[in-house]
Formats: sequence, C-alpha cells, structure tokens
Amino acid sequence: MQKLLFSVLFLFAFAFTHPVLATEEEAHSEETTQHEEGSEEFDPTEAIFEHILDSYEWHIVTIGEKHISLPLPVILWDQGELHVFSSAKFHHGHDSYNGYYIAHEGDNEGRIVRIDANGEEVTPLLDLSITKNVAALFFSIFLLFIIFVPVARKYKKRENQAPKGFQAFIEPVIQFVIDDIAKPNIGEKRYMRYTPYLLTVFFFIFINNLMGLIPFFPFGANLTGNIAVTMTLAVFTLLIVNFSGNKGYWKHVFATPGVPFWLLPIMIPVEIIGILAKPFALMVRLFANITAGHIVVLSLVSLIFIFKSLALSPVSVAFVLFMDVLELLVAALQAYIFTLLTALFIGLAVQEAEHH
Amino acid sequence: MLTTPGLGLVFWTTIAFILLVVLLRKFAWKPIITAIQKRNEAIDEALKAAEIARAEMANLQAENEKLLVQAKEERDIILAEARKMRDKIVEESGEKAKEEAERIIQAANENIHFEKMAAITDLKNQLATLSLEIAEKILEKELAGDSKQKELAEKLVNEVSFN
Repeated sequence: MQKLLFSVLFLFAFAFTHPVLATEEEAHSEETTQHEEGSEEFDPTEAIFEHILDSYEWHIVTIGEKHISLPLPVILWDQGELHVFSSAKFHHGHDSYNGYYIAHEGDNEGRIVRIDANGEEVTPLLDLSITKNVAALFFSIFLLFIIFVPVARKYKKRENQAPKGFQAFIEPVIQFVIDDIAKPNIGEKRYMRYTPYLLTVFFFIFINNLMGLIPFFPFGANLTGNIAVTMTLAVFTLLIVNFSGNKGYWKHVFATPGVPFWLLPIMIPVEIIGILAKPFALMVRLFANITAGHIVVLSLVSLIFIFKSLALSPVSVAFVLFMDVLELLVAALQAYIFTLLTALFIGLAVQEAEHH
Repeated sequence: MLTTPGLGLVFWTTIAFILLVVLLRKFAWKPIITAIQKRNEAIDEALKAAEIARAEMANLQAENEKLLVQAKEERDIILAEARKMRDKIVEESGEKAKEEAERIIQAANENIHFEKMAAITDLKNQLATLSLEIAEKILEKELAGDSKQKELAEKLVNEVSFN
C-alpha cells in the first residue's frame, strides 16, 4: 500500500515538474527562434510543432545560446547507396552533409532532403534514421522489458504465493486486461491466443502515453501521438482481426445474411470500407487524443510568452497542471480503448455463427 | 506534416513492436499468466482441502463426544457392577464367617464332650485300679490281723470316697 501511494505521488511529481520544465524549454526555443530568424515575435505554432513532431536529434536543453542535444544516427538508402552518419553533422539543422540537409520549409519541412539533378528538392528513397521518436520507441521497449521480465521472474520465485511489491501493483492491471478486456470480448475459448498481443498493445500505448507526459530527456517524445506509430499499431490489429476471421465473418462481408442478391455489389464495398474503417478509427483516435493533449499543454505554456508576462505564469501553470492530470487519465483511457476495441474486433471476427 | 506518417518510423515501429510482442510473450506474459493460473488452482485446492479438513474436524469432534458419552456410560456400568460385587463379597464373607464360627463352636463342643468322656473313662479306670488295690490291701491285712484289716478297710474306704 505504501509503495502504491509512493508510485502515485511519483506520478504526481512528474505532473508538477512538467509545467516548470516545459516553461524552460519554451523559453529557450523562444530564444532560439529569435536568434535564428532574427524576429522578435514568438511563434507558438512553430514551438509547439517542434515538440510534437519528430526530429533527427534529441534536444535536451539549451543553456544561453548553446544547444545541448543527443545526436542520433541518420540512416539513408538513396541512389543505391547506404548513408550512415551522425545527425550532429547537420549542426542543429544549419549545415548540409554530403548534399543532404534538413528542409526548413515546403512540403518536406523537417525532413532530410537533397537537391536532385533537376535542381529540385527531393527526399531520399528510404529514410530509416533513428529519429527522436525511434529512440523513444527503443527506450520504451527497454523500459517494458525491465518492468515485466523481473515481474515474470518474481512469479517464478514466489510460486503460489501472494504477489508482492511491484508485482502486486502490476498484477491487477494484467488481470484487468485479461479478465475484463480479452475474455468477455473474444470469448472463453479463444481469448488466450490473443492475450499476449492485447497485453503488449495495452502496456506499450500506456507507457508511451505516460512517457510523453514527462517533459525532460529521455522522455517527452510524442510517440503515441505520431500517426506513423498509431498507423502501425492499427495495421497490426487489422491483420490480426482479418487473419482470425472465420467463415461467419467472411460470409458477413461477402454475402451478408438477409441482404438481397442484387444489393451485394453495393454491400461488399461498404463492408470492406467497414473493415478498413475500424482500424482507421483506432489510428486516428489515439493519434488525435495524444497529440491534442500535448498541443493543449504546450499552448497553455505558450500563453506566458505570447503575453510576455510573468504574472500570467501561475494561471498558465495551474491550467497545465489540470491538463496534465487529465492527460494521466487520457493516457490510461486511450490504452484501454485501443485494447478494448481490438479485442472487440477480434471477438466479432472469431465468434461462432450461432450468435448471429 | 502532422498527418503524414514517416516511413522510417513505420519501419522501426513494425520491427520493434513485433519483437516486443514475441519477446514479452515468451519472457513475460506466458510465465505470468501460467503462474497466475497455477496459483488460482492452488488457492482453489487449498480452500477445498481446508473445507474438507474442517468437515473432518467436525466429524472427529462429534465422534469424540460420542466416545466420551460411551465411556461415561461404561464407567457407570463398571462402577455399579463393582458396587454389587462388593456388596456380594461382604455378604458372602459375613456368612462364611458365621458358618466358620458355628463350625468352630461345634468342634469345640465335640471336643469338650470327647474330653469329658475320656476323663470319665479314665476315672472309671482309675477307680477300678484303686478298687483292685484296696482289695489287694484288704487281702494283705486279713492275712495280718482281723481287726487291723477291718480298720484299714474302713480307712481305705474313707479315702476312696473322697475320690
């Protein structure tokens, strides 16, 4: 109980530190903006997007005019050649390296581009760089391992004994995913096959949502608010659902019971759209919720700089604190919803024909 | 920009997530779920065993009580028997003592009677002897003097009458 209380306090501590540190970062990015572009105006849109979008280096802190960031490897497959170099070669986006540079405007803004033979700006064929989000992804996976593998080991060590410590903290969540998400939606018979995926999705989304809320290095990447990540997860769900689909499921798609024959040419495309719409909704829901949360928090912090008034900061901080607490709820809720809907779609695909 | 998925990130997420699912399944979910299931079964079994043990305990207690009641009954019976036996023994011994006493008395009486008869016989025998002796002495005196013999005979008779 004491440890649980401690964990909760710990989470709240993060919630409290967020506004303060975010404020500092904002301050620096403001300076940066002013310094780089020579403009006196603070552009909140640019500052916010800098935080929620991906980047080739992981900005840690700016002291005075000195940027401290973690350079990440750039991996490009272009013109039949593999280019691997450190993003430090770009000098925070100011320089070009081997003809590659980071575009600051246009369609490819924020991406690595080069000038091709026609003098046009093009992206390399394959950009597999370890960006900030990829690094955050690896870090979150590392965290998941150092959380769950010891827990699993503890189960082996304390066989048939009551859970203890962190194990006791995490067990109800695992039980919740199994007993309240997987079992009722997929059914008693088949749910065990899908629980590993559902548990992984749940904890992956949850931990990345929480990591996104912590504003300082090595957290703060907007991973679950990135459409590439949510799309990948949604595609996994799409594949699992459709590969699990039984006869009844496909019959429902291609020969919907009770629909007259001549209506099928209309119904089949509708059903196929339905198949795609389900994971599409998953993708957009997670992406939009998390990104929106980040934008709101960052906008509230930006108010201080827009009004250029320190007196506003208590109001700003109070609102940010409120939003952060709300985001804690959203972090758990979105992980729950994604997992629940995945389980529900799997359940619909594998359910027995008699249920129709 | 915001809604354009970056290809690199899709690539890394796919690889990393597949690895994550596979590895967590092997090293976390399977052991955890198995352990939880096993533990649940163990708890169920333990509860069942406890229930059985409780029933057995109740059984045993009931049996004990029954045994106790039985033992008490037996004790009462034994005590009653012992009492009866004691009474009987006391009674019997009293009778025996009485008989013995009677027998002893009878024997004594018989003895006395016998002794008396022996004494009488002895007396009779002695009287006969004495008579003979007197007769002998008289005869001797008659041989010595008539008067003296007479005197002696009288004296002897006197002596004899004392006996």
